[in-house]
Amino acid sequence: MAKFSFESQPRFRLLTEAQIRDLHAKALEVLETAGVKFESEEALKVLADNGALVDSASKTARIKPEMVMDAIKRAPERVELFDREGKGTVILGDSNVHFDPGSSAIKFMESDGVTVRKSEARDLVQISRVNDALGNIALQSTAVTLYDVPKLIGDSYRLYLLLKNSPKPIITGAFSVHGVANMRDMLAALRGSKEALREKPLAVFDICPSPPLKWTHISSQNIIDCARFGLPIETVSMPMPGAASPATLAGSVLVDVAETLSGLVLAQCVNPGTPFIYGGAPVHFDMRFGTTPLSAMEATMIAAAYAQMGKYYGLPTHTYAALSDSKTVDAQAGLETSMSGVVATLAGINVISGPGILDFVSCISLEKLVIDNEICGMALRLNRGMDLNEDTLALDLICRLGPGGNYMSEEHTFRWFKKEPYIPSPIIDRKDRNNWVEEGSRGSFARAQTRVQQILEEHQPPALDAAREGQLDRVVKDIMAERGIYELPFGPR
Amino acid sequence: MDKEQIFREMKNCVLEGEIELAGELAEKAVELGIHPLEAIEEGFTAGINEVGERFEEGDMFLPELVAAAEAMKAALAILEPLLLEQQAKRKIMGRVVIGTMLHDIHDIGKDMVASMLTAAGFEVHNLGVNVPTDTFVDKVRELKPHILGLSALLTTTMPEQEAVIKALEKEGLRQEVKVVVGGAPVNQGWADTIGADGFAENAIDAVKLARGLVG
Repeated sequence: MAKFSFESQPRFRLLTEAQIRDLHAKALEVLETAGVKFESEEALKVLADNGALVDSASKTARIKPEMVMDAIKRAPERVELFDREGKGTVILGDSNVHFDPGSSAIKFMESDGVTVRKSEARDLVQISRVNDALGNIALQSTAVTLYDVPKLIGDSYRLYLLLKNSPKPIITGAFSVHGVANMRDMLAALRGSKEALREKPLAVFDICPSPPLKWTHISSQNIIDCARFGLPIETVSMPMPGAASPATLAGSVLVDVAETLSGLVLAQCVNPGTPFIYGGAPVHFDMRFGTTPLSAMEATMIAAAYAQMGKYYGLPTHTYAALSDSKTVDAQAGLETSMSGVVATLAGINVISGPGILDFVSCISLEKLVIDNEICGMALRLNRGMDLNEDTLALDLICRLGPGGNYMSEEHTFRWFKKEPYIPSPIIDRKDRNNWVEEGSRGSFARAQTRVQQILEEHQPPALDAAREGQLDRVVKDIMAERGIYELPFGPR
Repeated sequence: MDKEQIFREMKNCVLEGEIELAGELAEKAVELGIHPLEAIEEGFTAGINEVGERFEEGDMFLPELVAAAEAMKAALAILEPLLLEQQAKRKIMGRVVIGTMLHDIHDIGKDMVASMLTAAGFEVHNLGVNVPTDTFVDKVRELKPHILGLSALLTTTMPEQEAVIKALEKEGLRQEVKVVVGGAPVNQGWADTIGADGFAENAIDAVKLARGLVG
C-alpha cells in the first residue's frame, strides 16, 4: 500500500463499472435472443406494435436493444411519494433509504411470541397503527393476506384498512386484474381526482414476474393498468439460484436484470414516463431443504448487485431485506434482519421491504416489527454518514481543552450530543446491569411486548377527515356491490 | 467382469448422477446376458435408495437427487423395452398421475417428485402446471392410477386440492385412487382436513408414501 494514497479506501460496491456494462450488454442479449413470455394478448400486442418480435404460439416477445434503451431513458429518475394528506414525504432515488414492513405474510404471530395463526383484517389494522408510531419506517404496506375477507376484494380491502389507519404512503399490490382499477379509484377518492393522484402518488404497486422470464396474465395486466393510470410500478423479480436462475450470483443477477427490463419496456410502451422502481425479492435456494431464505447473505448480495444496475439505469431501486427466515423472534431473527438490512442500506437501495417478517415472508410479528424499527434506525444512521466540517471537527475546542480535557459541560457538546447519534427506544437495552436487574432482567422480546402494548394503548394515528372518509367509503361500497359482498370486518357499513 | 462388480458400478453411477455411463452400463449388462430386471433392481435401484437415505441425512442435496433420477431414467430407457420383449414385466410399483393445481405455476418440487417416483419404479403421468380440477378427474377416469398427486405452492391454490377430492367423490371415483398432497404450505393437518390419503414433505418422503400406499 502506497503512503498518502487513496488506493485502498473501502467502499461497498460488488460490481465494477466494466462489470455493469457487461451485465447490461448480456441482459440485452437475453431479451433479444431468449425473449420473455407474457401470458397476455394485450401485452404481446403492445410490444409487437413497438417493435418486438412476438411469437404468438409460445407467447414470447423478443425485445430489441433500442426498445430497452428508450424505456430506460423514459422512466423518471426519482419517484416522490406523498402521504394521505398530500404532504411530500419520501423521494425514492439516489441513495435515500426507506423501509416498509414486509408483505405479504399469511400468518400472524401473537404477542406471546409462540402462537402463529392465519392473518386477518384486525392484524393489518394493528400493523398499520403500530407502524404509524415507528419513526424509522417511513412507509406502510399490505403486510398480510386477509383470510376473513373474500378473495375478490382481498387486495383492495387491505388498501382501505391502511388508508384509514395511518397517513404513511403505501406499498401495495394486486392479486387480481380488477384490483388495480379498484385501488386506483380508492386513492383518487382521497386525492380528489385521478389527475391529483397522478401528481401526488400515495401508493406504489408491487408486480411480480414468474422466474425465469415470464409474466402471468394478471401481472401483465397489472403493469398495463398501472402504467395507464400513472400509478408507480415496482417490479419484484425473484431470482432463485439453481432453481429458476443459474446457481451463480452473477447469473442470477443477469436473469433479474433481463426480467426487470422487460417489465420496464412494457410499462414505458403503454405510457412513457410511468414511474418505475427496480425492485426484487432475491432468495438463496437451499439445496438441502428446497427452501428459499430471503435473508441469506447470498440473496442480499444479488440485490446489491442488481441495485447497481438500477442505479446505472437511473432508476429508483427496491429489495426485500431487513427480514429473517427464522420461525421465532430469536437471535437468528436478529442477526438475519440486521445483516441483510445493513447490507441493503450500504447498497443504497431506496425501498427496503422487510421489518416485522419471519419464516420466508410467511409470518409477521408486531414485536419483531418494533425491534426491527431499531435496526432500521441504526441502518439509517449509517446511511446518514459522518458529518465532517469545521464545527464537527472542533479543532479549536480540542486544542483549547488540551490533554485531559473534559468535554461534558462544553457548549459544543450541548449542541451536538443529541443530534449526532441515533437514540434508540428502550427496546435496545443500554442501562447498566444493576438497573437492568431491577427492571426485571428482561430480554428484548419482553421489552418489545411492552412497547407494542404501549403503542396500541397510547398512540393515536392522525384520523382521516370525515369528508374524504365518506368518499372513500362510497368507493369501497361500490366495489362491494359490484362483487356481491355485503359485509366486511371493518366496514364500510 | 463379475456381476457384483457391475452392480456396484451401476449403483455408483446413479449416486454420481452419471447419465451417459448409466446408459453404457445398461448396454453392457445386456451384452453380458444379465437379466434386465436384475440389473434394474440390484444395480441402479440400489443407487436410488442410497441417494434417498443420504439426502435425508443431509449428505446429498437436491441437484444430486435430480441427477441420480436422470441417470436412472437413462438406464431404464435401455432396459425397460427389453423387459417388455421378454415379457418379464418389471414390477411396476404403481401408476401415478401428478400435477400442480389450477392457477398455480410452480413445478420444481412436483417435477422432482415425478422423477424420483419414476426412478423408484412407478409409471408417472405428469400433467404439468395450472391443471384444472376437471382435468385431474378425467385423467383419473382414463388412466386409472393407483395414486393421484396434487401439488400447490400457493395458499390460494390449496383449496383446489379439496375441490379435486370432492369432484372425485361426486363422480364416484374417490375410492378408486389414493390422493396425496404436497407443496410448501401443505401439511398433515390440511391433508387430514380435506380427506387426502397422505401428505409428503419432499420427494424422498413422497416415494416412501407412494410405496406404502400401493404395497
